[in-house]
Amino acid sequence: MRNVTAFIAGGLFGIGLLMSGMTDTGKVIGWLDFFGNWDPTLAFVIGGAIVPMFFAWRFAARRQVPTLGGVFPTAPEPRLDPALIVGSLMFGAGWGLVGLCPGPALASITWGGLSGAVFLGAMALGMLSTPHIRRGLGDRLSATSSPT
Amino acid sequence: MQIAWIWGLAGGLLIGLAATLYLLVNGRIMGASGIVGGLIDGSARSVAPERLAFLAGLIAVPGTFVAINGGASTQITENLGMVILAGLLVGVGTRLANGCTSGHGVCGISRLSPRGLIATFLYIFAGAVAVVALRLIVGAG
Repeated sequence: MRNVTAFIAGGLFGIGLLMSGMTDTGKVIGWLDFFGNWDPTLAFVIGGAIVPMFFAWRFAARRQVPTLGGVFPTAPEPRLDPALIVGSLMFGAGWGLVGLCPGPALASITWGGLSGAVFLGAMALGMLSTPHIRRGLGDRLSATSSPT
Repeated sequence: MQIAWIWGLAGGLLIGLAATLYLLVNGRIMGASGIVGGLIDGSARSVAPERLAFLAGLIAVPGTFVAINGGASTQITENLGMVILAGLLVGVGTRLANGCTSGHGVCGISRLSPRGLIATFLYIFAGAVAVVALRLIVGAG
């Protein structure tokens, strides 16, 4: 059952990304182009996505247990570590260069052509190397292991 | 209000509903980089089937829709050196920061997480700088 609902969530996410324009790299770059011909569409996308989730988190806080069992993810310590800062700046730079972030890159793999596939390959390689980079840098990049 | 903004809002609501379903029913944070990154580096072996099912939906559903209806436009650059550099930056950056647009931007901000807010500000800032820098170097636009 978990896998069925995960598939549905993934499918909804993918359709949402396609419908909103997030899989269109030109639109994404247009949104990041604050000093040029700025396209505000993505502000509507992020705003639209945050609204249901704002209520979902409040609902989760009262319910305590997800429908299919387990526990809700705990909030990470509100700690600013170098990994969060350096990582977010690196991610943003890559996002701005070609207009793809991980979700839309995956959703558009079937129509993204060679560039789309190469992007995902390089992204996977980067993800595979990150634990080694973390180990190499040691305490200088100490970070929490939980998401967000 | 332009039509693209309404599509953006509607698509955004769907993204938010997907994240709501994944949180309230499965008890998971819908963060694309975390879901795929944990599979790639092997740290998510115990929850692999659920994550693979999520990715199958994420790829197959819009893929099928586009195959039948068309209408997907991609304007991604054909400069593969640039694509590789961007992919590496996105891969390492999202894993160092523990999140991307969906994890920090959608799930983090909606939880009023300070880390999510700061990450989102920083990657949008870096993205805007990259767009301007690229234009200055290429000399286009």
